[in-house]
Amino acid sequence: MSAEGVGARLPRKEDDRLMRGRGQYVGDIRLPGMQDVAFVRSPLAHARIRAIHVPEAYRDRVFTAAGLDGVLPIRAVSGLPGFKVSEQPVLATGKVRQVGELVAMCLAPTRAEAEDIAASVVLDLEELPAIHDMLAAREPGSALVHEHWGDNVFLETLVDVDIAAAFDAPIQVSRTISTGRQCMAPIEGRGTVVQLDHRLDQLVVHTATQMPHIVRNGLSECLGLEQGRIRIVSPDVGGGFGYKAILLAEDVALCWLALRCGHPVRWLEDRREHLTANANCREHHYRITAYAERDGTLRGIDCEATVDSGAYSAYPFSACLEAAQVASILPGPYDFPSYRCRTWSVATNKCPILPYRGVARTGVCFALELVLDAVAREAGLPPEVVREKNLVRPEQMPFENITRKHFDSGDYPQALARALASIDVEAVRARQRAGEPDGRRIGLGLSIYCEQAAHGTSVYSGWGIPMVPGHEQVSARLTPDGGLELRVGAHSHGQGLETTLAQVAHEILGVPVARTRLVHGDTAMTPYSTGSWGSRVMVMAGGAVAAACEALRDRAVRIGAHLLQARPEECRFEGGHVVGPSGDVPLEAIARTWYRRPQDLAPDTDPGGLEVTAGYKPVRDSGTFSYAAHAAVVAVDPDLGAVEILDYVIVEDGGTLVNPLVVDGQIYGGLAQGVGTALFEEMRFDARGQPLASTFADYLLPGPAEVPMARIDHMETPSPYTRFGQKGIGEGGAIAPPAALANAINDALGALGVEMLHSPVTPRRIVEAVLAARTGPQQAREAA
Amino acid sequence: MKPAPFAWERPANLAALLERVATAPGSVKLIAGGQSLGPMLNLRLVEPDLVLDITGIPELRQARVEGETLVLGACVTHADIEDGRVPDLTGGALQRVASAIAYRPVRNRGTIGGSLVHADPAADWVNALTALGAAVEIAGRNGRRTLPLERFVTGALEVALEPGEILLAVRIPALPDGTAWGYVKHCAKIGEFAHAIGAVRIEPGAGRGRAVIGAVEGPPVLLADARPLFGGRIGADFAERFDPAAADAALRAAGMADAVERHVHVTVLARAVAQAARPNPLPLPEAA
Repeated sequence: MSAEGVGARLPRKEDDRLMRGRGQYVGDIRLPGMQDVAFVRSPLAHARIRAIHVPEAYRDRVFTAAGLDGVLPIRAVSGLPGFKVSEQPVLATGKVRQVGELVAMCLAPTRAEAEDIAASVVLDLEELPAIHDMLAAREPGSALVHEHWGDNVFLETLVDVDIAAAFDAPIQVSRTISTGRQCMAPIEGRGTVVQLDHRLDQLVVHTATQMPHIVRNGLSECLGLEQGRIRIVSPDVGGGFGYKAILLAEDVALCWLALRCGHPVRWLEDRREHLTANANCREHHYRITAYAERDGTLRGIDCEATVDSGAYSAYPFSACLEAAQVASILPGPYDFPSYRCRTWSVATNKCPILPYRGVARTGVCFALELVLDAVAREAGLPPEVVREKNLVRPEQMPFENITRKHFDSGDYPQALARALASIDVEAVRARQRAGEPDGRRIGLGLSIYCEQAAHGTSVYSGWGIPMVPGHEQVSARLTPDGGLELRVGAHSHGQGLETTLAQVAHEILGVPVARTRLVHGDTAMTPYSTGSWGSRVMVMAGGAVAAACEALRDRAVRIGAHLLQARPEECRFEGGHVVGPSGDVPLEAIARTWYRRPQDLAPDTDPGGLEVTAGYKPVRDSGTFSYAAHAAVVAVDPDLGAVEILDYVIVEDGGTLVNPLVVDGQIYGGLAQGVGTALFEEMRFDARGQPLASTFADYLLPGPAEVPMARIDHMETPSPYTRFGQKGIGEGGAIAPPAALANAINDALGALGVEMLHSPVTPRRIVEAVLAARTGPQQAREAA
Repeated sequence: MKPAPFAWERPANLAALLERVATAPGSVKLIAGGQSLGPMLNLRLVEPDLVLDITGIPELRQARVEGETLVLGACVTHADIEDGRVPDLTGGALQRVASAIAYRPVRNRGTIGGSLVHADPAADWVNALTALGAAVEIAGRNGRRTLPLERFVTGALEVALEPGEILLAVRIPALPDGTAWGYVKHCAKIGEFAHAIGAVRIEPGAGRGRAVIGAVEGPPVLLADARPLFGGRIGADFAERFDPAAADAALRAAGMADAVERHVHVTVLARAVAQAARPNPLPLPEAA
């Protein structure tokens, strides 16, 4: 390993810019003549539009669906059999199906004036019954989000692998477990600035997105424009987490408006729009039964899972990715013989649901790990024993699990053992027995997951959604002075790719990381890519950078050999130099020769020169499986419901780590979001479908005081299928914490007869449960 | 989230301010730190015609001791109190309350007067100063008057200011030697508005005490005579005599129907009592 290559713990190059406030975000873009847009949004969750009254004075500044000629609705269709298609109008037509749905677009020189205009538009709405409860929405006779469907189910799926064989198990534990609806809350919201480039007859769309090329597909389809007439530029992006991996109706509307007006137009999402209008995540409901032997060996898992998909199918992942993924990944890192899972993706009058960091894994891990603890209590076994009994073992690798997921490598029991040793189970149990002087109760919680990442064509072609990843391509170019440019279609929005991809290039070419520039976030300058999602970039773009740099290296060796008057096979490439029998020549000299002194090249030199586009796919594209064991110790105040995290340990195996420092950062960030899911974040709705939080005073995110300083331990079991053995790890930190923390809380409060089965585990819910256990359910209901 | 149009003026002295408040046509809002009014303007929850910036008025920034009373001008910031830039007659009680209000950037700008006039039931000053027995000085064009804080805060976000009046200063009585003080709040996370507040000011020697249960639906629940919480008598053993059932009954009487909420509020009050009984209060008076 070289000092800057794969495995080096380098600080991130981009932080010099980002930490000094010199990042360039969509909100920093100022274009001459630019005007601002504010939207009139539906105040109701479900209503028929009778009329939209626009004051006479603003007729030329307000646009509704009636004026949006030639614009098609957003359609994110899945090819899975039985999937029902929703059409999301760019501006509402006929009905509104969620609070915050776009009804009219108002244009003014400033956002404040545009909001003044929006406030003057009067909507005449006939309110319809709102569908806000996904379980009720499945019942016959429910009001309908999309009338022509006949019900509210986007998609129903069923997997059954011999579940009946488990029915005679001596231990059967059933629970109803659910996770709250969340917002993704990146620091930077969405935002779009569209400019019409008259010279190129091209819309230049500056937008905060994780997937510029996919946004171009979607805009082209909705606007009926050739792809060549659209260029997407995604500058610095202040966090994505899945929220910036969808095409928004706002993006389409702004493009139409720029074409119509001719001057640049801008919309910047504000926090209220983010919280109430644009997309949610995470709302799952499980009825789950575990069948086990008395020694904790799992016989089977039987589950009914429902996901509240919201009103529309979001582009490109569709409304069913989340629930259908539940069915395929619920078994997690465990090996058992019987399994059944039925899922429903249900339409409601809420914002569309999106894949958020971890996607369905966070909910699945919550359901499965909580029910495993229930099995342990039922069997009278420590929770770690139930896990040790059932984890996939290293000698089974590569392992195909019950839903035919292919685990590439790893030692799951070792991760658990290290976590148990690090958290010091004996010491925690002793403290627990001794009791706390302040009356709080101590609990220990475990949670283990596996994260399929960088899964490619063979997986996504089955979903039949608008986006299927193929080969990932990267262009590598040596500049005339020997620097390196990498053109990458994926995008960095916090992952540190400007550093880590340069490390990969350094590993092959020896170019200093400081002399390698990443060109990304621009469809005009980069090869096609589905973008940054699914923890795929280090595997896919990392592999492609290596492939492109290897091709460059081979060309450099041939040019260098000529300069050294040697045969290419007599030369080798080492530390950025071509080394021949009688001397060596640095990459700078080779670049100078190709670009500036072509007279020194061999007559038969490769005309491709020092710029290469290479494509990459792992030898098997069913995905890498990173995994981790999390262990948490909490102190719970049963009278106030306050939870303090006393200790938190993460043992993670991400295969070969390209930059362990960046991986640590990914884990810490994911953990912060996982703590939010576990204890704080929830967007609640009333019976009329009104979201009950519109600022961060009501939608609580964890702050620095609430996120523990976790202790991270790395294992590195290389993937046999990827270029360096690296695995995707970007989402894992957010997957396990809700289960680990809820299990710890349940361990703390179990003696009081309390079991918390809904995230977030808020103080209010804890006190309710403690009082209910003290006074009996009847009085507690009256109390609530 | 941009405010509706409004006019902005910054009167240079108290007379000019009172003149504008009394005579300006349309609706008027006063702004000092803007930590509550700013978001309310941006969310268009209020749409005043005129906003008067009162931070340029020297009288409102004054802090002084008048005998056994500390007088803090309305524009004294939480950070002024936290950092000890104003005098203190409470043995550090005000400083400890101030240091746990929201976050430091809020404390840098937010003012004691603004907090009282905004009268959020979960605000620290509304509750702590009621327990301390503070009063407010009110000024109008026709003169000045003083009201005990419990008669000034009349409801959630409601205060007893007449048209044309402004809050000038807060008058806080000294905590005599031997007075026990406890202040505890319960927040879902550090810096958020409290879900429950308990405050007690107890003079065991005199057998007197005041108690406040705050962060309730309306104004703080004040027991100006706290003896019922302690079995009818306050003495050196007050902490042991605390009666949760009496606190629960007070909350029932105040209309708090939810047993879970009552449990949390009674617990927090009990902890404030326990804190008061300890010789050295904790630096951060927070339960969670």
